[in-house]
Amino acid sequence: MAIFVDQNTKVIVQGLTGGQGKYHGLRNKAYGTQVVAGVTPGKGGSDVEGIPVYNSVAEAVSATGATASFVTVPPKAASAAILEAAAAGITFIVCITEGIPAQDEARTYNTLVRDYPKVRLLGPNCPGIISPGKCNIGITAGEIAELPSAKGPNVGIVSRSGTLTYQALYELKQRGIGVSTCVGIGGDPVPGTSFIDCLREFQADPETHAIIMIGEIGGSAEEEAAEFIKANVTKPMSAYIAGVTAPAGKKMGHAGAIVSGGKGTAQGKMDALRDAGVEVGNNPTEAGSLMAEIVAGLR
Amino acid sequence: MDLFEYQGKQYFARYDIPVSKGDVAVTVDQAVAAADAAGYPVVVKAQVQVGGRGKAGGIKLANNADEVRTHAGNILGMDIKGHVVKRVWVENASDIAEEYYASFTLDRAAKKHLLMLSAEGGVEIEEVAAKNPDAILMLHIDPVDGLNTAGAKKAAIDAKIPEKAQQGVADILVKLYRCFVEGDCDLAEINPLILKPTGEVHALDAKVSLDSNADFRHPEWEEFKATEELDSREQLAREKGLQYIGLDGTVGIIANGAGLAMSTLDVVNQVGGSAANFLDIGGGANADLMASALDVINSDKNVKSIFINIFGGITRGEEVAKGIVEAMGRVDLRAPIVIRLDGTNAEEGREILKNAGIPESKLTSKPTMLEAAEAAVALAK
Repeated sequence: MAIFVDQNTKVIVQGLTGGQGKYHGLRNKAYGTQVVAGVTPGKGGSDVEGIPVYNSVAEAVSATGATASFVTVPPKAASAAILEAAAAGITFIVCITEGIPAQDEARTYNTLVRDYPKVRLLGPNCPGIISPGKCNIGITAGEIAELPSAKGPNVGIVSRSGTLTYQALYELKQRGIGVSTCVGIGGDPVPGTSFIDCLREFQADPETHAIIMIGEIGGSAEEEAAEFIKANVTKPMSAYIAGVTAPAGKKMGHAGAIVSGGKGTAQGKMDALRDAGVEVGNNPTEAGSLMAEIVAGLR
Repeated sequence: MDLFEYQGKQYFARYDIPVSKGDVAVTVDQAVAAADAAGYPVVVKAQVQVGGRGKAGGIKLANNADEVRTHAGNILGMDIKGHVVKRVWVENASDIAEEYYASFTLDRAAKKHLLMLSAEGGVEIEEVAAKNPDAILMLHIDPVDGLNTAGAKKAAIDAKIPEKAQQGVADILVKLYRCFVEGDCDLAEINPLILKPTGEVHALDAKVSLDSNADFRHPEWEEFKATEELDSREQLAREKGLQYIGLDGTVGIIANGAGLAMSTLDVVNQVGGSAANFLDIGGGANADLMASALDVINSDKNVKSIFINIFGGITRGEEVAKGIVEAMGRVDLRAPIVIRLDGTNAEEGREILKNAGIPESKLTSKPTMLEAAEAAVALAK
C-alpha cells in the first residue's frame, strides 16, 4: 500500500516535449513509473524516446487508460492544462509549475471543487509525490528515497517545501527507515492538496506506521493540521517548521511563506503541533532523529 | 510588490474607483504646483510604506501655497520609522461625514476571496478586530462566482453601513473587487472609505499589494517596479535573477530551495549566529548562478563568513562543486566559505572541492548542516 499513487498508476505528462517535462518525465519512467503518454497540442503522433505524444489529454486518456497527470507547463498555461486534465477524466493531477498567479490558482481550485469533486490536485509549485519502488511523479530524485520494508515500520512524509522534502527523505534513508509515500504539497497560497488530506490518507494506510510533517511560516495550514491530528491521527508523528528567524512582512521565496500581522509564525505552528502530541524538532535533522526514536519504539 | 499610496490611487483610478484629485511631488516646488492644480485646501501626505505616518507628522493640511511650501519642506526627507520620505502626495482635501473600511484579500485557509467591510473605518482594522470584532463583516466570495452589485449591496447592509451610503459603497466594492481580481492584487484595501457631506463615497487612502507572479500580464506595473525600495544588495540580486532578502547579520547564506534557505537561517541562529541574508539559488546551482550569488553576498560589507548549504536532489553534487570552484575563480571573496554538500553524489562533489587546491582558510567542507552552521558562525565572530 501507499497513498494516492502506486505501481498500477498510469501517468501522462502534460508538457512532455518541453525541456523540463522531457527531463523529469523520462526520469520518472526510468524509476519504474508507468509513464504511458505525453500531451502537447500540435505534436500529436510524435514520441519522446518511445513515449507516444497526443494532442489532447482526452486522446491520451482514451488511448492509454491513464488516471494521473504530471503537469509541467509554463505558468500562463498551467490552469488550462489542469482543467483540461480534469475534464478528460484524470483523477490525480500533479502540477509542479512555479509562478502561477494566485488569482488563477484560486479560480482553478474552486472550479475543480465545483465541477470535478473527485479530482485531486497536488501542487502547484510542488516537488510531486513518490511511493518508493512503485511510482514517482514529479522532480524528486528517486535514489534518495528509502524503499518501504515489508515488515515495517514505514514512515509517510508530507511537506510544504521542495528541498526540505528531499532533506526529510535523506534523513530517513541515512537511518535506514522505509518510506511508504512522500508527498510535497507545495508552498503556494492555494495548494490543491493540504496537510490534512495527506494526514487522513496516511492514517488510513496500513503500510504507514508513523508520519513526518515539514511545514513553514505563513498561512495557517499547520495550525489546521494540528487540530486535525488531535482529533484524528493516532499514528506517532514528528515535525519541523522552517522559518523561526524569518522577519515579518517578507516573502521567503515561496509566495505562501510570509509572516504578516503576527500570524503564521513558526513558533505558533510548533506550539500547536506540540499541543497535538507531535514531536517537533528544531531543524530537519532533529526531526529525523525524533522519528528514528519513534520508529525504534515501534520495532 | 507593495505600492505607495499615490500608486495605489492611480491603480484604483484605472478601475474607476473615485479618488481625490492630486499629484505626486519630489520637490517643494512640485508640491506647490500639485496643490495649485488640485485646489485648496490640500493635504500633503508622506509616501512611505509604513503605518503611523499621521502620528509621525507626515500628513498635514495646507490652506495655501505658503503652507504647502512649509509642510512639503518638512516632510520631504523626513525619517518615518527608518523610511526616508522621497515623495509626497498632494491632494484636494475632502470633507468627511463618515469613515468606513473595505478590503479584499485571499483567505488561504478557506481558499476563497475574503471581503472585509466595516462601518468603523479610519483606524487600524486590527484595532477594530481586537476591540469590536462584530463591527467587521467578513464575507467569503467564491472566485468562480465573483461579486455582483446585488451581493455588494447586501454586504453593505450586513456591515451596517448607513442607508444613505449603501449604494455608493456597493458600487465601489464591485469596482474594488474587479481591481483585486483583474488587477492581480494580493491585497486591495481602502481605509478610510469616506462618505462626504454631499453624499458621495470616495477612497481617501489606498493600500495595494500586487502578486508578482502575475507580472507577465501587467506591462503597466513597470513604473511601480522603478520606485520599489530595495537596498543595493537586493537590487543587485534582482538583476541577477536571485531570490534574495537582505538581513542584518554577519553570516552570508546561499542555499538551494526556499525551505532549505529558511531552515539554514534558523540553524545559524540556533548556534548563536545571525544571517546576513536569505538567498535561494533554486534547483540549478550551476557555476553562473553560484558566481552571481557569491557576487551579491560579497557586496554586503557586514558578511564575515559564507555558509553554502546545498542539498543535491536533482542537482548532482559534482555539478555544484564544479560551480563553486569556477565561481571562486571569478569572484574575489572577502569572507571564507563553509559548505555543506549533501544528497545525490555528495561524495564526488566533496572530492572535487578537496582536490581543487583552495586553501582551507578560504573554503571548508562539513558533512552536516549543523556542523557547517557552527563553523560558519565561529568564523563570523
